[in-house]
Amino acid sequence: MYNNDIIRIENLHVTTATQVILKDINLKIPRNRITVILGPSGCGKTTLLKCLNRLTDLHPQLQVSGKVWIDDEDIFQPNVDVIAVRKKMGLLSQRPYPLPMSIYQNVAYGLKMQGIADKHTIRERVQHYLEEVGLWKEVKDRLHSPASKLSIGQQQRLCLARGLAVQPEIILADEPTSALDPISSKKIEEKFLELKSDYTLVLVTHILRQAKRLADHVIFMYLGEVIEQGTPQEIFEHPQTTILREYLKSGH
Amino acid sequence: MNREKWIEILSEKWMLLATLLMCMLPLSMGIGLLIESMPLLQQYRLGSLIRNSAWSPAEGKFGMISFIVGTLWVTGLSLCMAAPVSLLVSIYVTQYAKPWLMRTIHIVMDILAGIPSVVYGVWGVLVIVPWISQKLAPTFGYSSSGYCILSGGLVLAVMSIPYILHLQIEIFRTIPIELKEVSLSLGATYWETIKHVLLRQARRGIIASVGLGISKALGETIAVLMVVGNVPQIPENIFQAGYPLPALIANNYGEMMSVPHYLSALMFASLILFLIICLFNSVSHWIIYKINRI
Repeated sequence: MYNNDIIRIENLHVTTATQVILKDINLKIPRNRITVILGPSGCGKTTLLKCLNRLTDLHPQLQVSGKVWIDDEDIFQPNVDVIAVRKKMGLLSQRPYPLPMSIYQNVAYGLKMQGIADKHTIRERVQHYLEEVGLWKEVKDRLHSPASKLSIGQQQRLCLARGLAVQPEIILADEPTSALDPISSKKIEEKFLELKSDYTLVLVTHILRQAKRLADHVIFMYLGEVIEQGTPQEIFEHPQTTILREYLKSGH
Repeated sequence: MNREKWIEILSEKWMLLATLLMCMLPLSMGIGLLIESMPLLQQYRLGSLIRNSAWSPAEGKFGMISFIVGTLWVTGLSLCMAAPVSLLVSIYVTQYAKPWLMRTIHIVMDILAGIPSVVYGVWGVLVIVPWISQKLAPTFGYSSSGYCILSGGLVLAVMSIPYILHLQIEIFRTIPIELKEVSLSLGATYWETIKHVLLRQARRGIIASVGLGISKALGETIAVLMVVGNVPQIPENIFQAGYPLPALIANNYGEMMSVPHYLSALMFASLILFLIICLFNSVSHWIIYKINRI
């Protein structure tokens, strides 16, 4: 059965010992679209993103209940192959975290982890994805110098290339431009618009204008709850709730 | 000038003075030891002192090589045992273990670090020495009194583990969790993430912790002295007795009587120990510097 919603979330609760982080989340995320999760800082957007590829496993203090279907597979079932689930997703975090190795190896790492051993294939793919994020020309003469020497904008694009190289279906981006200058941000945004023909993008942001520029589908969250979701037109032109109206008014 | 300004200047100068004194300490110690060993060095050639293995102060023989080799053996053995164990423990408690185990390990480390050296020595004599002479050495076809460089290395390893472990746990804890998230989301398993990313990120710290471990182990005296046998010879295998430099100095200082050059020879031994430690420190700094540039 072909399902147009690549991710479906049902009754997702995330709590710690003392507080509720996500409360009764029900969502559908459409395939090959940019879905923007919008909301003020600390409303649980990042945690929601981490639930999607079970990075919540790294935080033993989080208790997760509910269902998350990705391609019709409930990823919180105990017998799920977590590695396979994570391979479907590329992650772009708030600040770039280059792996402690060279530029080349940063992109090659994921390929090697997927069992590709042929040097030639790896070389080709590294070049291809560095070109795809517009970084190849800038780094082709210093592929083997440490990734940490790049500027922060370049690092973020490297992280995008590294995520794309493993050929995911979904790209999870957690405020990917919040640490970047306007020009680097613009490059990333333009890239996102190109990418949506091949990938599903889930973008977390608190920047209203960015949401307006990119979104096909908007989810507005506040204090761990989904307040409204819908098309950009519905959300930005005809907000139903007071909270959202307030947010849009005071928004950035 | 008013009073506050004076106090301001004075306190800054005091701190500067203290810092300068601090920097001068190793240099002055080195020079002091050199001056004290001059009488010996004027009498004998440096090369022959270091190369010679004959040690008999009454006959005027001051060969140092057995002590140098003994020191390196015991230190090397202890590190071969302590470094892997503390690395495995630090990875386990920071990456896999539940928080209560982490707390327990911290308590255990504090206890181990607080036990006086001489108690480790007694434990070595009562437990390690008999075990090696009765069980381990016969298993490998050697006969041994148990007072040997392996005992010294083992006791030293147990003593340096809490020290190295403490540093390594801190190193692994400071690695941002996002790096792990990145690696996992690229399809690496948890172990691959540890192997390729965490160990790589931590390698400088790991080398530094082992380097500091070496420096500490090199100078450790009492516990080693009690189990190592103290025979001035170059050990042929790890079940033979050895005689490290610190043990030589501690055993003989104050009993030189009127043997000519004896005091000077012990000072020379201290100088060698001092130089070996400086050398190890420089080497580990150099490795860290090299890694920094990759």
